[in-house]
Amino acid sequence: MTGLTVSPSVPRKRRSNWQLLMANRLAAAGLFLFGFIALLAILAPVLPLPNPDITDQPNRLLPPLSDGHLLGTDHLGRDILARLIWGTQISLIVGISATALAAIFGSLIGLVAGYMRGATDTVLMRFVDMLMAFPYILLAIAIVAALGPGLLNALYAIAIVNIPFFARNIRGVTVSVRNREFVEAARLSGKSHPAILFTEVLPNVLPVIVITMSTTVGWMILETAGLSFLGLGAQPPTADLGSMLGQARAQLFTAPHASIIPGVMIFALVMSINLLGDGVRDVLDPRLRSGALDRPMAVTKIRRKAKPAPTIENAPSLVVEHLTTGFDDGGHLTPAVKGISFRLDKGECLGLIGESGSGKSVTALSLMGLVASPPGLITDGAVYIDGRDVLGLREQELIALRGARVSYVFQDPLTTLHPLYRVGEQVAEAILAHQAVGKSAAKTRAIALMETVGIRDAAERSRAYPHELSGGQRQRIGIAMALANDPDIIIADEPTTALDVTVQARILDLLQNLRRERGLALLLITHDFGVVAQVCDRVAVMKNGEIVEQGVTDTILRDPQHDYTKRLIACVPELGEGQRFLARVRPLFEEAGA
Amino acid sequence: MTAYIGKRLLAAIPVIIGLSIIVFLVMKLIPGDPAQALLGSYATPENVERINRALGLDRSWPEQYVIWVGNLLHGDFGRSYILNRPVLDEVLERFSATLILAGAALLICSVLGILAGIVSAVRQFGWTDRIVTFFVLIGISMPAFFLGLVFILFFAVRWRLLPASGMYAVYGGGDLPDLVNHLILPAGTLAIVATGVVARLTRAAMLEVLRQDFIRTARAKGLKEGVVIYRHAFRAALVSVIPVIGIQAGFVLGGAVYIETVFQWPGLGQMLVKAVSTRDLLLVQGGVLVAATVYVLVNLLADVAQAMLDPRLKA
Repeated sequence: MTGLTVSPSVPRKRRSNWQLLMANRLAAAGLFLFGFIALLAILAPVLPLPNPDITDQPNRLLPPLSDGHLLGTDHLGRDILARLIWGTQISLIVGISATALAAIFGSLIGLVAGYMRGATDTVLMRFVDMLMAFPYILLAIAIVAALGPGLLNALYAIAIVNIPFFARNIRGVTVSVRNREFVEAARLSGKSHPAILFTEVLPNVLPVIVITMSTTVGWMILETAGLSFLGLGAQPPTADLGSMLGQARAQLFTAPHASIIPGVMIFALVMSINLLGDGVRDVLDPRLRSGALDRPMAVTKIRRKAKPAPTIENAPSLVVEHLTTGFDDGGHLTPAVKGISFRLDKGECLGLIGESGSGKSVTALSLMGLVASPPGLITDGAVYIDGRDVLGLREQELIALRGARVSYVFQDPLTTLHPLYRVGEQVAEAILAHQAVGKSAAKTRAIALMETVGIRDAAERSRAYPHELSGGQRQRIGIAMALANDPDIIIADEPTTALDVTVQARILDLLQNLRRERGLALLLITHDFGVVAQVCDRVAVMKNGEIVEQGVTDTILRDPQHDYTKRLIACVPELGEGQRFLARVRPLFEEAGA
Repeated sequence: MTAYIGKRLLAAIPVIIGLSIIVFLVMKLIPGDPAQALLGSYATPENVERINRALGLDRSWPEQYVIWVGNLLHGDFGRSYILNRPVLDEVLERFSATLILAGAALLICSVLGILAGIVSAVRQFGWTDRIVTFFVLIGISMPAFFLGLVFILFFAVRWRLLPASGMYAVYGGGDLPDLVNHLILPAGTLAIVATGVVARLTRAAMLEVLRQDFIRTARAKGLKEGVVIYRHAFRAALVSVIPVIGIQAGFVLGGAVYIETVFQWPGLGQMLVKAVSTRDLLLVQGGVLVAATVYVLVNLLADVAQAMLDPRLKA
């Protein structure tokens, strides 16, 4: 537990974007390197450098560290250091100008297309698509071929082939901005289209333009250097980094330093810009900060303060003791489930009820270590299945229990089934994971299971993909999958919430019948007391990560003790109640300040 | 599936027409009067008019375009006056060499990039991930034309492991091992940037997929982690990686220009660079058009492959 602070109510201080950027060591290094190179390039006229164009035949191809030539001389005896710094200046100017040109024209196309929509949009974007249909550098070469080799023409060519990136990005943002209220207001106030575009839309699109520039400028420097390397860009005596490398290539074997020095400079320049660009993007993309893109592990991370007893005697199917789960957000633990305990007997149905965010789903997922981790972290408690603490098991042992002794049915069956596999295969896979049977036997059994859960023409339907089935059928597949290995316990996490009301009733009936026939224990997670009343023997009410009340369903429905339970029960509308429902429920929540 | 392929083929036709219009327009960018340039000091007004009529340049642009496309469809891409042979013959011959180079590079970048991306995502923030991320960063920042020179210096000159240039050995070459031997350095260099991009996007796609609900379902079924990663997560991630590989085909075809120049590979890119400096515009025009058309077809292939993997896309 070292380094973890539990402070649910105190939000951490948000750091400024600049601090975040500097905290990223690579980005800071990129900024430093780029700043240094840019400074050298800017200071080129005042630095004590020899004239980069003065040739000196007797002193040609001097190695680095020669007297008076720190980096040696090239094939015409010119000082490489001087040429390098002046060449860097040219490469930077050309690369940045090309970026600016592409940004101006690309953004203009994107703004107009996104704002006007209709035919203008179609024509402009088709044109942009055509530009993108060329292999990247070949179009630039065709343009240089037509205009003739030269630095300025290379600059134009690179700018043109990069227009599509800007046009597409900017159009996307413009489309979403144009429908916002302030644009509508400006239109109603009688502003002209150009005025709206430049005073209302452009300021909101500007950040995207800046981000696109920062991510493409390194690439454009690289490509202009490439054209110069091929002899299509800078023409002698002007030299950018690319043409220095191109000219030195002829002496590659005798004087490799003349090639390597400008090459390393291009690399350093582009890498520093890329590091910086990645850093900027990371800072601006909130998803990367929240850990939402971290890879979840096979089993939730478990770091318990105390080791509970590994086994207990005479236990029912499931015993949960003091379970505590939270989300570790970089050293800061946000609790979601706070030390809850409950038990589930063989063949019993327990309802776990609460509003969204009350911790009931996290509870359900914690039982088999399925809370995504990072950031999920189980910090305390035990989960006994058949008297054995599963949180103390080795990873492989826990995985072997999943779907075999304890299986799950999840909420939205469209997102919980794999979209690319036939449903029959997915059911068969669950069988094959735990039983030593052949593939065709598994398939036959999968079809039988599908029939059990009430899917007609199961053999034919087993060949369907999830998107080809209705919501109710998909949930039946989910249940068939859960039944595949005759589990003792099914944990159903809001199994009917994503379904139509009539389908809901049928799925609940199905779960109820299966439970009776097979003696299954069912843990039903829901926010609907109507469902609890219909199905559950006992109920536990959850609020803010704690169980506030639990007991036999009938008793609790008749005589709820906790205030929150009363309100949840009141939320079940009665038939024919009509408008009175709201009048009845509203005051309950007003007093509670909810 | 056949219907889907047919539909995609039909959709490719306007794109190819668009390509030809852009190539046509680019050639109209040429400053000055082509007849004047061609005639030089013989450019009397009568001669200019005669040449313009002979080349069809006195007609309107749309007319010129239609005539030009008509010729293209008959396989007439014009004649290179520098090489004194039909443009199409030269382009096809050169392009076959480029296809070998670009195809090898595309194969390398797909296999290595996907593998590196998966490993990097599965071992996120571990050492393997850091090493992959480091090489990806170097790969996408490294000028390929410079890296090629460095490779020649070490692998060909210093260690004498591989040939520095050409497609076949001058004496006694010409068989497959000889070709592969010559292919390793240029294809490896060409693949570097693309490998970095593919690895980066595979990693991102895997991390995105590993967060999906159906992965949680796979875990809840009790599947082993290896099955979850490769059968469930990778299969879904591949759907978004395939178009990326299609786009890389364009970068590899374009990047071949540098690599062929550095390694003296007798392909289309080397031809284009020479043609630009000798102002052999018909050759440039033909080369760019053929490469662009092939690129469109490769992307069509990527679309079809994607639809084969994802049944939702076929509808």
